[in-house]
Amino acid sequence: MTWKEKLLQSALEGSRRDLSRLLTMIEKGEELAMSKGEENHDYMILGITGPPGVGKSTLVGRIISYWKDRGKKVAVLAIDPSSPRTGGALLGDRVRMDSANSGEGVFVRSLSTRGNPGGISASLMAMSKLLASCGWEKIIIETVGSGQSEIKIVAFADKIVLVDGPDRGDIIQAEKAGIIELADLVVVNKSDVPSALKVAENIRSAFSFSNENDSPEVLLVSAERNDGIEEMMQLIQSSESPLWRSRIKIRERLLSLWDHRLMSSPMLNQVIDDIETGSISLEDGLDILSGWKNE
Amino acid sequence: MKIVMAKPGLDGHDRGAKVIARALRDGGHEVVYTGLRRTPEEISRIVMDEDATALGLSTLSGAHDVLVPRICELLRESGMGHVMVFLGGIIPERDHGKMFLEGVRAIFGPGSKTEDILAFLEKSESRIEKNLPIGVFNDDGWHWN
Repeated sequence: MTWKEKLLQSALEGSRRDLSRLLTMIEKGEELAMSKGEENHDYMILGITGPPGVGKSTLVGRIISYWKDRGKKVAVLAIDPSSPRTGGALLGDRVRMDSANSGEGVFVRSLSTRGNPGGISASLMAMSKLLASCGWEKIIIETVGSGQSEIKIVAFADKIVLVDGPDRGDIIQAEKAGIIELADLVVVNKSDVPSALKVAENIRSAFSFSNENDSPEVLLVSAERNDGIEEMMQLIQSSESPLWRSRIKIRERLLSLWDHRLMSSPMLNQVIDDIETGSISLEDGLDILSGWKNE
Repeated sequence: MKIVMAKPGLDGHDRGAKVIARALRDGGHEVVYTGLRRTPEEISRIVMDEDATALGLSTLSGAHDVLVPRICELLRESGMGHVMVFLGGIIPERDHGKMFLEGVRAIFGPGSKTEDILAFLEKSESRIEKNLPIGVFNDDGWHWN
């Protein structure tokens, strides 16, 4: 048995320390060979995304408490951007998640994008799988952003919640770009601020222009005051993804896996050099990269 | 390096810890800040979940005497003896020797320069490369200051 297999076995048997070590290995790009049987069947991956400052971490703190109170084991992967200049990162989500420190039944890992928001998706997928195999029943992925690449990160989640706040209007921008289609639920946080109501109305009216009558629900909550959280959790659990949304999600998953495979090819730099000198075309380069597979 | 910055105990002032967290980020490190008033047990679990290489503790209350040994002990007990611990805040000179004996590798009091802390982390990284100990298992007694 290799060292990695030993770690995996011990993590599956409940060692938190070894689970954490394996997550680091996945983060560094290593692949874990897990057999099908090791997957826990009863788990859920929840993606929480939205622009900075709308209260995602506080909301995640509430969701942790909600599930914890119902006896569930909750794991959180909280992603923050890293500085493009130094590569460093300040991961402060824990400060707003008091419930994150509340005991054995809650596991929180902070991650930085390491300058590659697109590429992190594949490792998040692998991390979630590992957590599920180790008996974590609810897995929350929190990412910052309202742009396309950030929402793509959580395309593999079972449910996606988009969070907005008063005086932002970012989601309406997202609606224009069509990326909101991935969301199962839209939550406007800070409902205690009067302008939140207006934001929620604007989002609802933006949805009403579309022909689909299965646009996501728009819900007002206050994470700070613990207001509307029950209703939000019930909507998360009961919302059914229409077929077209499941298809978009699968499409986005394929795209992120494709990105990941291209970016992790050992030939990448060689191909870029060759295209630069003009010895091969872009199409040739793509053929070389896509022919490579990590076995 | 992945570093957890923690505020153990009851004092409510974290300006210093935040300034250091920021400086370490600018130095290219990944810093997880825990927020105020964490218990030794919480801190040890956070270090485990984050699989951090180092733990920076900031305390101003005078309780370092009790908190720091407890945290170091918890790290050792839970298989994290390799984690490097450094201190900041108000740690009187006369307590430094005791802290180093617990496995602490550096103490940065008021007036410390962030460059100095970064240099310490760089030195620690080079010790990791050479397989020299930096963790709370105080094998060779090395400390920065």
